[in-house]
Amino acid sequence: MVSSTAPDLSVRIGSLTLKNPVMPASGTIAEGMTQVIDMGRLGAIVLKTITPDLRQGTLPPRVAEYRDATLFSIGIPSKGPDYLLEHTLPAYAACDAPLIASVSADTAEDFGKLAAYISDPRIAAIEANISCPNLKADGRAFGMDPEATREVIERMVAATRTPVWAKLTPNVGDITVFARVAEEAGAEALIVGNAILGMAVNAETMRPRLGNVMGGLTGPAVKPILLRMVHQCAKAVRIPVIGCGGITCGEDAVEYMLAGATAVQVGTANFIHPHTMTEAVDWIAEYCTRHGLSAAREITGALRPLHAPATAPTETV
Amino acid sequence: MPDTALSPAPEARAGFPIEEALCEIVSNDAVNAEYRLMIARAPEAALRARAGQFFHLLCPATEAGQPFLRRPMSIYRIDRARGEIGFLYKVTGKGTRGLATLRPGETLNALGPLGRGFTLPQGTRHVMILGRGVGLATMAPLARLAAESGAAVTAVLSARSPELVMSRAELAAAGARVIEVVDTDGSSAPEEMEPHLTALHDERAFDYIATCGSNRLFRLARGLARSWGITGEIALEQHMGCGLGMCYACVIPVALPGGGEEYRRVCWDGPVFTLEEAMGW
Ligand SMILES: Cc1cc2nc3c(=O)[nH]c(=O)nc-3n(C[C@H](O)[C@H](O)[C@H](O)COP(=O)(O)OP(=O)(O)OC[C@H]3O[C@@H](n4cnc5c(N)ncnc54)[C@H](O)[C@@H]3O)c2cc1C
Ligand SMILES: Cc1cc2nc3c(=O)[nH]c(=O)nc-3n(C[C@H](O)[C@H](O)[C@H](O)COP(=O)(O)O)c2cc1C
Ligand code: FES
Repeated sequence: MVSSTAPDLSVRIGSLTLKNPVMPASGTIAEGMTQVIDMGRLGAIVLKTITPDLRQGTLPPRVAEYRDATLFSIGIPSKGPDYLLEHTLPAYAACDAPLIASVSADTAEDFGKLAAYISDPRIAAIEANISCPNLKADGRAFGMDPEATREVIERMVAATRTPVWAKLTPNVGDITVFARVAEEAGAEALIVGNAILGMAVNAETMRPRLGNVMGGLTGPAVKPILLRMVHQCAKAVRIPVIGCGGITCGEDAVEYMLAGATAVQVGTANFIHPHTMTEAVDWIAEYCTRHGLSAAREITGALRPLHAPATAPTETV
Repeated sequence: MPDTALSPAPEARAGFPIEEALCEIVSNDAVNAEYRLMIARAPEAALRARAGQFFHLLCPATEAGQPFLRRPMSIYRIDRARGEIGFLYKVTGKGTRGLATLRPGETLNALGPLGRGFTLPQGTRHVMILGRGVGLATMAPLARLAAESGAAVTAVLSARSPELVMSRAELAAAGARVIEVVDTDGSSAPEEMEPHLTALHDERAFDYIATCGSNRLFRLARGLARSWGITGEIALEQHMGCGLGMCYACVIPVALPGGGEEYRRVCWDGPVFTLEEAMGW
């Protein structure tokens, strides 16, 4: 029997209620995962970014390994929106979890058109991947320019009734500027954030280790950076922030939530331990019980000050 | 020799056909200066592996630290009767050095079985296996699959020098006729091999060729298959992230029938591709 004291893991992301705060990060799961874990146990299923056109992605090799991180340069291999609607969505139809699409395009206008095109009752929200490094523009992306960010989100919000989430890039100076712009433009939630632009070199061959020279740094090594950004963004906006970067277990997820995240996304960890997400859901429940919390949402922003507020002894005689 | 059942695997039970299998190491010994053979007791899901499929192995930490990603390794032996799987691997870097430290009784975390294996055409009577180096590991279960479906197997093993010819015993035990060619006497040169293989074909016609491990052998195999009007397959490798078709790191270009080319995932669409799709490297 489920005890009446089992914690409520549900969280609200804008107009959606998710049964728990754990979901995959875009581009890090595909149909193969349904053969390993019960994807229906997740708060949501975020699908890989698609573009309006068909794309092959970058030249291999596409992955380089570091001690606690990976550098991937995949580009956005995309089979286009029709493939999403006809093949990808049915592949998850049996999973009892809302599906979140992710889109990218060359122009803000095309972001809007693509969002309209894939507005479908089977899609619960659409992420705007404005953060994926546009490697052709020397790694610059829409998400590195506040005005381009605003335009993309406004166009998408105008084009669809499906909730729009903005996925920010960490490759900027002050990320809170982008968080506020995305909120003003109508995003219902922020994902903070995408991969950190990096590069890998092989000293012996004197060549780059990736076909594309540059790639996105992901995995546990990036967690402190993204955790800090989530904390900053959560204080800067009212909409929910979804933490993403280097999460490998439930404890990492709770750290993000304490720092201000309402939910989390797991990326690279899925490649190494495919049960990471489902185990994180269980861990969060156990954490709530251990800390006497009746609901996981109580964790969000519950970070306590390290030092007691400065009640300086100014009135000493 | 193990009594290996390699006929097409029983239908995966409803649920999760791919598992993070925790396998107890039975043995993990050097077979020569470079290669090691690791045998592990595996759960049922892992034993459903088929010839040409692979596992994604979590490699133990060494003094160089914990290898962050898993490492792909072809299934070399599947012994359903004893409940064991085996890997033949070359110690090359951090990951495989970590694998070499596993002792009997310790646990190997093997995600799989993964990928699309070899498909013998219906009614195949004579299979040619053309392999070189560690790629031959992939071929041993194919020889068993062929033998069990009633086909004869001729395995041509290519190596730098005779000491390095791998899998000789495993293939012979699977019932294959084994022919070795080596660099040291020039017999492994494609110009030398072609008339030799043609003579074998004239003696008893081949109807399927499988190859791996060498670009020269791939070109030779494709040329022979075309001129004999038969089909064939090749097992390919690429650096991997997930092994589950999710990250798109492991792509290689394949030739499309109508012309042009397209990227495919070695881990999910392969690692076995037809000789006509494969592009060489
Ligand atoms: C489908 C498949 C089946 C394989 N089967 C076997 C086998 O049965 N026996 C065997 O000895 N080897 C096999 N390999 C190659 C084996 O995966 C690599 O030798 C191994 O990953 C090297 O890891 P490392 O850390 O020791 O070496 P490092 O060179 O330090 O590896 C660094 C990185 O490069 C990757 N890498 C290096 N070489 C290869 C390669 N050839 N293919 C793919 N990734 C590579 C590693 O996975 C790792 O991420 C197979 C590869 C694939 C793709
Ligand atoms: C192989 C790979 C592919 C990715 N593809 C996408 C993508 O299509 N769209 C996107 O918004 N982010 C993509 N990302 C970024 C992830 O969604 C996530 O933001 C990033 O990996 C950081 O999380 P992690 O450290 O948990 O991996 C990808 C990451 C990886 C490793
Ligand atoms: S290794 Fe991830 S798709 Fe093949």
